[in-house]
Amino acid sequence: MNKLLNFFGNLGFALRSKLYRLGAGTRLFFLTLIYSADSFKRIHLTIREIYYTGVLSLVIIVVSAFFVGMVLGLQGYYTLEKYGSSEAIGVLVALALVRELGPVVTALLFAGRAGTAITAEIGLMKATEQLSAMEMMAVSPIARIIAPRFWAGMISMPILATIFSMVGILGGYFIAVLVIGVDEGAFWSQMQANVDFSNDIIDGAIKSVVFGFACTIIALFEGFDAPPTAEGVSRATTRTVVISSLTVLGLDFILTSFMFV
Amino acid sequence: MERAKIDIWVGILVALGIAALFALATKVGNLTSNDIRETYTVLAHFENIGGLKPRAPIKGAGVVVGRVKTIVFDTEAYHAVVELDIDKRYVFPKDTFANIYTSGLLGEQYIGLEAGGDEKNLLAGDLITHTQDAVVLEKLISQFLYSKASEEE
Repeated sequence: MNKLLNFFGNLGFALRSKLYRLGAGTRLFFLTLIYSADSFKRIHLTIREIYYTGVLSLVIIVVSAFFVGMVLGLQGYYTLEKYGSSEAIGVLVALALVRELGPVVTALLFAGRAGTAITAEIGLMKATEQLSAMEMMAVSPIARIIAPRFWAGMISMPILATIFSMVGILGGYFIAVLVIGVDEGAFWSQMQANVDFSNDIIDGAIKSVVFGFACTIIALFEGFDAPPTAEGVSRATTRTVVISSLTVLGLDFILTSFMFV
Repeated sequence: MERAKIDIWVGILVALGIAALFALATKVGNLTSNDIRETYTVLAHFENIGGLKPRAPIKGAGVVVGRVKTIVFDTEAYHAVVELDIDKRYVFPKDTFANIYTSGLLGEQYIGLEAGGDEKNLLAGDLITHTQDAVVLEKLISQFLYSKASEEE
C-alpha cells in the first residue's frame, strides 16, 4: 500500500516539477520580451554578447561546416557514381546543407559552444549572488543580463547557420570538383536549377531562427534556474546541452514535415 | 578600445553572414535565373498532359521563354486546359505548335513551342490549337505489340 502511494507520489512530483519548469521558462521568455527595450537602448550590451556567442563560435562553425561538406561530397559521389549521375553531387550537397544540416548541426554546435557558456555564466552569477546584488541596486537582472543574451542568440544563430551552409557547399565543391574532378559547370548549374530560393533557402533560415530561439531560451532558463551551488551549475550546464539537442532534433522533424511537402 | 574591437568583430560576423546569404541566393539558389517578370498568358488544350506540373518550363528552341501557370481539367470537353505564362519579350505566331516533351529519359516534362508560319502573333488569352500530347510509355508499348502481332498474321 505504501509502495503504491509512493509510486503515485513520485509520478505526481515528476509531472509537477516538469510543469513548473515549463511554466517558469515561458514566464522568463515573456519577462525577457518586456525588458527587451533596454537591450536595444543600450545596444553595446547586446553587441558584446553577439561577440561572445556569435564571433567566438565562428571558428568551430566554419571548420565543422567544411568537413561536413567534404564528407557529403565524398559519400554522395560514391553512391551517385554507381548510377552514372555524379554531376548531381552539387544538388545533393546544397539541398542537404541548406535544408537540414546547416540549421541542425549549427544549432547543436551552438548549444554546445554558446549555450553552455551562457548557462554556466548565469549560474555562477547566481551562485556568487551577483544577480541578488543587482536587484539590491534596483537593476533588473533580466534587463541587464538575460535580454541582451537572448537577442544575441537570436541574431547570431541564423548568421552562423547561413555561413555554415555556404562553407559546407564550398567543402563539397573542394572535394567534388577540385579533388575528384566532377565538371565544375554541371556542379553549379544543376545546383541552381534545383535549389529554390524561397522554398529551400528561406525555409532553412526560418529553421535556424526557431532553433536559435530554442537553444538560447533553454540555456538562459537553465542558468537562471540553477541551484546556486557548484554541483547545481554543472548539472544545469549538462541539462542545457541535452535538452537543447533533443529540442532541436524534435523541432526539426516538425518543421520539416510542415515545410517540404 | 576594448569595445571598438568587439564592434569590429561583430561587424565582420554580420558582413560574413550577409555575404553568405548573398552567395546562397545567387550562386546556389535560382534567384538570378528567374528573370521572367512581365508575362502574357495563352491557353492550350491537351488530351493527356502526362507528368506536366505547374511551374514547369516552356521552351522555344531549348531556351526557357516562360512557365506553366495552372493546369485544370475541363469537365465538359474532358481534356486538360493548361495556362502558359510567356515572357513579354518573346512573341510567337498564331499557328505555333505546343508539344509536351520529356527532358532526358527520366527527366521532368516541359512544353516545347515550335513556331509556325502565320503572320499574326499570339495575344494574351489566345488558344494554341496545334498541340501534341505527352508520350505515354504504356501506349507506345501496346501500339508496338499490336503492330508486331498484325505483322505476323
